[in-house]
Amino acid sequence: MTLTHFLFGRLTLAAFQHDFIVYSGVFSMFGGIITVLAVITYFKRWKWLWTEWLTTTDHKKIGVMYIIVSFVMLLRGLVDVALIRAQQATSVGSSQGILTPDHFQQIFSAHGTLMIFFVAMGLMFGLINLVVPLQIGARDVAFPFLNNVSFWLFFAGVVLINISLPIGDFSGAGWLAYPPLSELQFSPGVGIDYWIWCLQIAGIGSLISGINFLVTILKMRAKGMSLMKMPMFTWSVLCSMILVVFAFPILTVTLSLLALDRTLGMHFFTSSFGGNAMMYVNLIWAWGHPEVYILMLPAFGIFSEVVATFSKKRLFGYASMVWALAAITLLSFLVWLHHFFTMGAGADVNAFFGIMTMVIAVPTGVKVFNWLFTMYKGRITFATPMLWFLGFVVLFTIGGVAGVMMGLPAVDFQLHNSLFLVAHFHTMIIGGAVFGYFAGITYWFPKITGFKLNERWGVYAFWCWLIGFVVAFVPLYILGIMGATRRLDHYDPSQGWQGLFIVAGVGAAIIMVGVGFQILQIVVSIFQRKQNLDLTGDPWDGRTLEWSTASPPPFYNYAVLPEVSERDPFWVQKQSGKTPEKPVYKDIHMPKNSPFGMFIALFAVMFGFAIVWHILWLAIVGILGIMICVALRLSSDDTDYYVSAAEVAKIETARKVVA
Amino acid sequence: MKLSRKIFLVLSFIVIFALVLFTITRGDNFALFNPAGQIALKERNLMIFTLLLSLVVVIPVFVMTFMIAWKYRAQNTAAEYKPDWDNNVFLETIWWGIPFLIILILSVVAWRSSHELDPSQAIVSSKPALTVEVVALDWKWLFIYPQQHMASVNMLEIPQGTPINFKVTSDAPMNSFWIPQLGGQIYAMPGMTTHLHLIADEEGIYQGASANISGSGFAGMKFTVKATSMGEFSDWVYQAQKSSQTLDAVSYTKLAQPSENNAVVYYTANDDNLYDTTVMKFMMQMQSATPTQVTSYQDSTTPGMDMSNMKM
Repeated sequence: MTLTHFLFGRLTLAAFQHDFIVYSGVFSMFGGIITVLAVITYFKRWKWLWTEWLTTTDHKKIGVMYIIVSFVMLLRGLVDVALIRAQQATSVGSSQGILTPDHFQQIFSAHGTLMIFFVAMGLMFGLINLVVPLQIGARDVAFPFLNNVSFWLFFAGVVLINISLPIGDFSGAGWLAYPPLSELQFSPGVGIDYWIWCLQIAGIGSLISGINFLVTILKMRAKGMSLMKMPMFTWSVLCSMILVVFAFPILTVTLSLLALDRTLGMHFFTSSFGGNAMMYVNLIWAWGHPEVYILMLPAFGIFSEVVATFSKKRLFGYASMVWALAAITLLSFLVWLHHFFTMGAGADVNAFFGIMTMVIAVPTGVKVFNWLFTMYKGRITFATPMLWFLGFVVLFTIGGVAGVMMGLPAVDFQLHNSLFLVAHFHTMIIGGAVFGYFAGITYWFPKITGFKLNERWGVYAFWCWLIGFVVAFVPLYILGIMGATRRLDHYDPSQGWQGLFIVAGVGAAIIMVGVGFQILQIVVSIFQRKQNLDLTGDPWDGRTLEWSTASPPPFYNYAVLPEVSERDPFWVQKQSGKTPEKPVYKDIHMPKNSPFGMFIALFAVMFGFAIVWHILWLAIVGILGIMICVALRLSSDDTDYYVSAAEVAKIETARKVVA
Repeated sequence: MKLSRKIFLVLSFIVIFALVLFTITRGDNFALFNPAGQIALKERNLMIFTLLLSLVVVIPVFVMTFMIAWKYRAQNTAAEYKPDWDNNVFLETIWWGIPFLIILILSVVAWRSSHELDPSQAIVSSKPALTVEVVALDWKWLFIYPQQHMASVNMLEIPQGTPINFKVTSDAPMNSFWIPQLGGQIYAMPGMTTHLHLIADEEGIYQGASANISGSGFAGMKFTVKATSMGEFSDWVYQAQKSSQTLDAVSYTKLAQPSENNAVVYYTANDDNLYDTTVMKFMMQMQSATPTQVTSYQDSTTPGMDMSNMKM
């Protein structure tokens, strides 16, 4: 083994050579990073960034960081969309479009991976972080430091997937990398390894978060808040986190086995030597289907809060809603095979999983009807969160019909892996989950920042998203009916597909305008924040506990921990017209900041990068680094402190003077 | 903006959008809606039946959503307001019940159709079935006609009205064998055989493709399906049998090398075990790492892992 090989593994200068499109991506990425660093340096904000944000254990700030990172990744995912749409609109007949097949395949693989793991998951965990502790009347999560570690592991995954742009390449095997294509024999490069390790690292972060919020919800609710008095968003998060805790270990194991195949030459999923790719397909979907519901359920919870608040009415059918959530949680583990009816299982097996799939439509439908009857005999205000809800009902129902159709195995044989399927899951994830997150962000934005988002730009953004979605995905449904398979980098003009691909491209462009409006909305809102200040802490006439504290809440959330005797406690309190008694402050126990989450993530990136490039010494450094960080953190007693009652009183008085 | 203007805008958007889509999709390109065989026909009918049945729930949801949202808007202070009305056993029974009934109907349909259209089940016909062995290679399709002792690349000619018994495998990454106008797809996987039974009731030329990503030449993994009369089919077979190229272990190995957008090639094929060998060679590697043993296994008639026998 030569010294260069020891030092750099299989990393050579060739890894830095790319085509024009990748270079432009790399340059804009570095341009962005350098600009941000320069701005921070210019305003001398490094210390502030370090103490207030990077090392924080405050769930609200961690939530904000999740959402910012996810939004940046959304922009990168959209660049991928632009390239995919451009390729498919132009690559017909003699024209090969703008991308080589390899590059095109990397782009849609990166698009799927980014959007699911680093956009949807990030937005979801961001919102959960922002809202759940406030909603259950807690001062933080059960394990604040672990929460910080979760965020940083998520960020480590983000870093690793982005490193794959300038150094080496990314997986071209689709977002779930089925073997044997993802095995060494067919994908000898580093792409699949990048894919494995960015998901592995981020996935462990998700698992830790899942445990953290499960414990938080079960153990830290306000006094009197029994399970059946929890706000519906908290219920949905509880169900979602149960799914995380049961599903993510499957992902970890599956990715580990694939990594063993690739790195140590084992044969779990190879074609030969007794490996079995069907095992991988089963395992990845045993995680992958619950994952869909991990993303969906919190969105359901958000809509339950939004609809009740903006209809000024109690949520209809609370018990039904809880049972529907529970049913979906259970059923989501019983349907994974519907992702591969076409793998040749017998008719009995296919029929069982098909029926289970369709059964999920029942509790989901019940939820929709309960939302509609929450609006019935209410007083509905059509603020942007409510618009997202109405858009959701339309898209989600259409996507649901497509889902029920494909739930029939015999129909799925025709629609599987076609663009109809692609349109279906985008309808569910964008129209379902992402619309929900946007509603949630708009709804809780004033709680976290102290001012509302600008309505006008929000409405424009909503319409662009909705219309753009229809224009982008109706053509894909039709293309599926025409027999167009997914992931094609080239097709024949005789198929008559090009017009529809061009229309789909126009739709994607409209969505991007919508994203532009969302950015504008945030900028305008920040500049006009004086006009939209929320001084009461209750800008929407809310119902649940989080609206009873200030906006933004003090770092300890509640000066006096609330007690609850029924659902919608804040609404009931407002209705009763009673003002709370003069509070008696006590010392508050709070977690201290810690830099170890960041350090662990740094070593995790090092480790991931080293494994990808086969640099043994760096991998050892990474592992040792993580172990040392964990040991140092565990042996430290300096992890928490008390805010004295006098200090609390001072903060509370100062706040009231300002208000 | 007034509601009437909003409705007008939305409606005109829908009309214009529908017109644009109609204009650019004119013609005969809707493969799934133009079935050419009874399997595809049944699958299409099932698709439309499910869609219509789902509309029983969907249309009321759409109508109710907009009626309720409009009637109970905050500006309409004349509407009834019951802020604490939050449950009604009768109503909730309806919307647990009706979707449940629909799904019950669909479950029966799902169970029956899964068995009726089980791809591994032979099609009942007075004519004997034609067996075609399908091997997905990087990046082309090899069709072996064992009874006819010939093979072709990217060209599948079949007699009209005769059930075709496809035995499908892969000697490359996983692919999916799909002829939309004849019926649903089945995965092609290395080391195993999946079964697919299709029939072309009408003569014609149909497109076939791989529906599962298999690497850089994936988009070019298309093939032409030509359903002809029995006489024409026999002529075609006769012509192909006269091909100067022979498909044996050596030429197969050469063919299996990665190549893209392959032209149609015909082979005479006298090696009756080529397909089974292709399936079994992965099993052999399990027992021994020496690939030379593969050829010595040709006497076997045992297929590889045969998914159709899997029962759970």
